[in-house]
Amino acid sequence: MAKWFVRTFLVAILGCSMGIAGANEAAPASADPALEARMMAISSELRCLVCQNQTIADSHAELAVDLRAQVREMLQAGKTDQQITEYMTARYGDFVLYRPPFKPATALLWIGPAAMVLIGLGALFVVLRRRSRLAADQFEPEDPDSIA
Amino acid sequence: MKSLKFLIPMGIFLVLVLFLGAGLKLDPKEVPSPLIGKPAPTFALARLDDPTQTIRRDDLLGQVWMLNVWASWCVACREEHPLLVEFAKSKTLPIYGLNYKDQPAAGQKWLSDFGNPYQASLSDRDGRVGIDFGVYGVPETFIIDRQGVVRFKQIGPITPEVIRTKIEPLVRQLNG
Repeated sequence: MAKWFVRTFLVAILGCSMGIAGANEAAPASADPALEARMMAISSELRCLVCQNQTIADSHAELAVDLRAQVREMLQAGKTDQQITEYMTARYGDFVLYRPPFKPATALLWIGPAAMVLIGLGALFVVLRRRSRLAADQFEPEDPDSIA
Repeated sequence: MKSLKFLIPMGIFLVLVLFLGAGLKLDPKEVPSPLIGKPAPTFALARLDDPTQTIRRDDLLGQVWMLNVWASWCVACREEHPLLVEFAKSKTLPIYGLNYKDQPAAGQKWLSDFGNPYQASLSDRDGRVGIDFGVYGVPETFIIDRQGVVRFKQIGPITPEVIRTKIEPLVRQLNG
């Protein structure tokens, strides 16, 4: 039993280290780590259109790889973050942005949750105030069991 | 009035059902293209069948034309292809192919195997033009008017319904 456990453990470690080795191989296509970090920062704000719940930084879809290369190239060409974001939205729309801009079409998206909270709080407030004005005899008497 | 209060949760429930029902009909995979109503991106690509010839965006001005993005590795394109071949016979409008991220040899073999509905296919090997067109799922189909403005985009395979209800009326309107 112990032997089996040790063996599984070793295999697991081996597997992990191979994974790390593989990751190193696939590492930065450009030698400049600062540029690579900026590329990843921008990519992690962009939605991958193939697997829509991943960012372009995370996704392994071919399109995401291409778009990362595109971002890298634009950075090398000295483009600003904003120019790159504009480039992406011109092609894929606001949908690619994980933080879409505030405008009439997205107003509900941005305001909706806060509005719901306010409506809920308002309703709670009204109910509580109404209840606090009721006379004591309007409430059910407390359960004698629970007092004891 | 008080007796009707019990209807409130029911009303909220019905509204919720309406929203959820409408939500079911929406396809979150369909991203509205910001290109519609805008000039088609410029490109200059080699022809698939003759790499020495280049086709540019501006060569195609002055006509209403269709751009169909396809690839030999794309399964849904194979599904769509017979319909496209059939549609090309109707000569409704010239169809150009964008052979997206494909090996030219594989693309040409695909056309000879399944038929060629295209006036010409453009070879977009690195997918750059695809990115400019906002392509993210092949097949995609665009309709571009005489002035080079994108008027329509279909994501995924076109269907007989789409041809009948969207493409044909649009082409008539643009040509009329």
